Amino acid sequence: MDHLAKLARIALTEEEKAHFSGQLGTILNYFDQLKSVNMDGVEPSAHAFPVYNILRGDEPGPALDVEALLRIAPASRDNQVLVPRVVDDEG
Amino acid sequence: MSSTEFEIVIGLEVHVQLKTKSKVFAHAAYHYGAEPNTLIDPVVLALPGALPVLNKAALTQAVRYGLLVGAEIPPVSKWDRKNYFYPDSPKNYQLSQKDFPITMGGEVEIELPGPARNIMGEHKVIRLHHAHLEEDVGKLSHATGGSLVDYNRAGAPLLEIVTEPDLRSADEAVALLNAIRMLLISAGIADCDMEKGQMRCDANVSVRPKGQKELNTRTEMKNLNSISGVKNAIEYEARRQIREVEAGRTIQQETRGWNAETGRTYTLRTKEDAHDYRYFPDPDLMPVKVSEEEKAQLKATLPERPYDRQRRYMEVFNLPFTVTSVFVPDRPLCEYFEAAVSEYPANSLGIANLIANDLLRDLAASGKASVDMFGEADASTVTAASLADCPIKPAQLAGLVKLTDEGVISKQQAKDVFTEMFSTGKDASVIVDEKGLRQSNDTGEIESIIKEVLAQPTSAKSIAEFKAGNEKALNALKGPVMKASKGKANPKLVDEIIRKLLG
Amino acid sequence: MSDSLSFKSVAELSSLLAAGKITSLELMQSCIDRISAVDGKIGAFLGFDQEDAIAQAKASDERRKNGKTLGPLDGIPVGLKDNISLAGQPLTCASKMLKSYVSPYDATVTARLRQAGAIVWGWLNMDEFAMGSTTENSACKKTCNPWDISRVPGGSSGGCAAAVSAGMTPLALGSDTGGSIRQPASYCGVVGMKPTYGRVSRYGVAAFASSLDQVGPLAHTVEDAALLLQAIAGADSHDGTALVNPVPDYLREMDSKKGPWKVGVPKEFFGDGLDSAVREQVQKAIEFYKKAGCTITEISLPETRYAVAAYYIIATAEASSNLARFDGIRYGHRSDKATDAVDVYSLSRAEGFGPEVKRRIILGTYVLTSGYYDAYYVRAQKIRTLIRDDFMRAFNDVDFILAPVSPTIAPKFGEKSNDLLALYLGDIYTIPVNLAGLPAISVPCGVAHEMPVSFQLIGKPLDEVTLFAAAREFEKAHDFVTRHPQL
Repeated sequence: MDHLAKLARIALTEEEKAHFSGQLGTILNYFDQLKSVNMDGVEPSAHAFPVYNILRGDEPGPALDVEALLRIAPASRDNQVLVPRVVDDEG
Repeated sequence: MSSTEFEIVIGLEVHVQLKTKSKVFAHAAYHYGAEPNTLIDPVVLALPGALPVLNKAALTQAVRYGLLVGAEIPPVSKWDRKNYFYPDSPKNYQLSQKDFPITMGGEVEIELPGPARNIMGEHKVIRLHHAHLEEDVGKLSHATGGSLVDYNRAGAPLLEIVTEPDLRSADEAVALLNAIRMLLISAGIADCDMEKGQMRCDANVSVRPKGQKELNTRTEMKNLNSISGVKNAIEYEARRQIREVEAGRTIQQETRGWNAETGRTYTLRTKEDAHDYRYFPDPDLMPVKVSEEEKAQLKATLPERPYDRQRRYMEVFNLPFTVTSVFVPDRPLCEYFEAAVSEYPANSLGIANLIANDLLRDLAASGKASVDMFGEADASTVTAASLADCPIKPAQLAGLVKLTDEGVISKQQAKDVFTEMFSTGKDASVIVDEKGLRQSNDTGEIESIIKEVLAQPTSAKSIAEFKAGNEKALNALKGPVMKASKGKANPKLVDEIIRKLLG
Repeated sequence: MSDSLSFKSVAELSSLLAAGKITSLELMQSCIDRISAVDGKIGAFLGFDQEDAIAQAKASDERRKNGKTLGPLDGIPVGLKDNISLAGQPLTCASKMLKSYVSPYDATVTARLRQAGAIVWGWLNMDEFAMGSTTENSACKKTCNPWDISRVPGGSSGGCAAAVSAGMTPLALGSDTGGSIRQPASYCGVVGMKPTYGRVSRYGVAAFASSLDQVGPLAHTVEDAALLLQAIAGADSHDGTALVNPVPDYLREMDSKKGPWKVGVPKEFFGDGLDSAVREQVQKAIEFYKKAGCTITEISLPETRYAVAAYYIIATAEASSNLARFDGIRYGHRSDKATDAVDVYSLSRAEGFGPEVKRRIILGTYVLTSGYYDAYYVRAQKIRTLIRDDFMRAFNDVDFILAPVSPTIAPKFGEKSNDLLALYLGDIYTIPVNLAGLPAISVPCGVAHEMPVSFQLIGKPLDEVTLFAAAREFEKAHDFVTRHPQL
């Protein structure tokens, strides 16, 4: 649960962790029914129906004003979004 | 002290920004150097509800790249989400390709540095593993009290070219980058300017005793963003690994960074800390199929590969290696040269030399181009635009070479005519006529001038010396003759006639 | 005046507007009055911009005066589930995460409704980020079922269904990922449709599960639903999953589609879990079609028994990634306790998301982690293939499929929330349709335990027309359109 909370970037309380891990267990048990299904030769489907080549032309569309970004951003400086210092690693 | 000889094994992951007008999955425009956060839209910022749609031009460029390197274009290509949180990644996942990339395989011919600048180095073929089409991230800069994010670059189309571990030295790695850059620039697929971040590189490096077949544990060096960075980081890392092995330690699989200031690589994260990217097929994008017809159409848009062109120039046009190595990385220049040659096929070398020496010098001096082909990442080539602006058109340049070859003007005069052409854009023949530069080939007239000169007492000494076998003395006689003819006398005829009269 | 307009169909309102008997402004005002009168009890609306709605109504009246009316929806208010972006208006997804977010752009469906002259308005309550089936997961407020305020309106488009049902807006747009339009429509006694996956652009609609989400109408009548779908359907250069197939003229083609049809009834959808009173009402609908000359065929969709498991794997996996963008960096809630970037993520998300959203993100993260991906996600994707194939096999023999929407009537508040699995299994009849990407319409067909009950018709891909035609035939032969909750 700690690992999942870290991957999902959600700080869970101890109470939440206990609660969720119980529920997760129940649900995963339920999911286990899939393990008994014979799926030999079955292709996985990312969508219900195969559709291909939905593309757009290379025409630049209108830009969003930088002011629109600054209005919704929790913090900004010099027309950029300000975040607390990023520790070098994750990239 | 062990005497084992080690072999360095390198594979590169080269990230190249493709040339398109808009971003790969967003409508927002993309170009380098815009003011912060001016190339954004709801998709770039990953606002609630924003969705990606694949830009056809990005797909086309990626496929053209594949065809250019002889890669297979698989029948179906898909996009996956690579999930990780980082402030420069607005969605906190990157749209990339894991299982069904846009190209598979292929190869790139590289040229190693020769023993001297005018001698061609060894050529080698490097196999490619695959390339995938993905999106770039934004730019994070550190400021007091935090970090600032500019999302302009986020969503720029990025092709990640992954090689097989075929490279055996830092020089080969650099040669590969140069070869890819030449290929992509020549086909108009990418600009590959490393200073602008349009080409970036990760290197996987391992070492093994010479002769060993299996690969040893490798480390991955991230974000090598200059040619010297690639070269120095690989050399440092190979030395480090050899040192470790010789000291009896094992190499850990890890991701390392390169510090250009200290000249060292350092651990970024170990295998244990490796990310779990939780790749899965992006449900917002449908897969892509490229038909045989489309492939054939795109293939027809591709130029000759630079090293194929180089061989042709050397074999068909008899150009020396040094000249071809100036031309070949630069497709507009090659096209200029070939257009000129098609006007006057008799002297391709003369045309080539005039372009390589005079034209490029004057273009550079006029600020239209920089011609240093051998420098760092910013070694810009003569752009198509600067050649389009060039006051001398290919046919005009060919005309000048032809006039010279035909003896209408002397080589010395040709230099002046060239300068005049560059500043006025006039044809060589027009300038020659306007200035009355046409050489005189009238042997009777030349002979009478020579006779007058020889008759002068000041000539007596030179005549005597020449007759005594001093060839150089002849020049002292030619000077006054050319002067008397106002420079128009054909020097070849002057030479012949003096010899005849004194002979 | 106001009550007399509250339950009129769009067809009626449109002809009143055309005849000059009412103005759009009067219609809009009657909706606002109705909200004042009843929404205190119901809580369907998180809010609305009265000034903007009035301005849109006036603009419509102006167009009409100048003979420039844009079509049958001109001047008709359409309420929006609060996950559909409206430029310059708040978009909360009923989450604390987006409490103060204002969308700078229009969703494609919003833009298309504007082009059709409709008044796009209101922020209708929902389960947070559309995760839930009772609207109890809203972080903003409680929405009650207009037929019995001790019961839930269903979800996740609970605000939409309650608002239409209680006469506060003649039309609403919701989104359906696993039944989120059809089920609340059924609980509240209105018509709800989930179109074929890709028929309607999702651009500007905050995503829950991208491969399952589809926007669709909630309305008083089948025709109204068709009118609303007509305005929003079609290809979109902003949505790479929006289908490029041409959109038929639903109303006209509906008229030309006549039964009798071959109706499939899947035996798996009438099993033990189905409340007997609900079953009875759905059976009556089957009888209706039989009497109308349709062939009723029992069919089998065996793989749908795995649908709930496959759905919760796919939907939570996609959601865990879709909701990663809510990180407190560019917009939305940022924790003021955060001292570095990692904190911004973890604390903002901990503070901004409610328990169900967290639970689903954790679950979705789990099924995608390396080592479990093949066992869960890939298998779920294969189940999707099997379920689709089941449906497509059935469609070789039948024109559409008739089934219940929900095993029960609307539950009481808190009735099911302790048993998560039971709650998830409540979507057992709607989920397979999303996995198979098919169109389905939920149509009121009776009363059980004094609450409305609907059946759903499930159609072939892109065959919304047949569903509309068959649903309308049922609707015309019954009086459910004229029944309304007493408030």
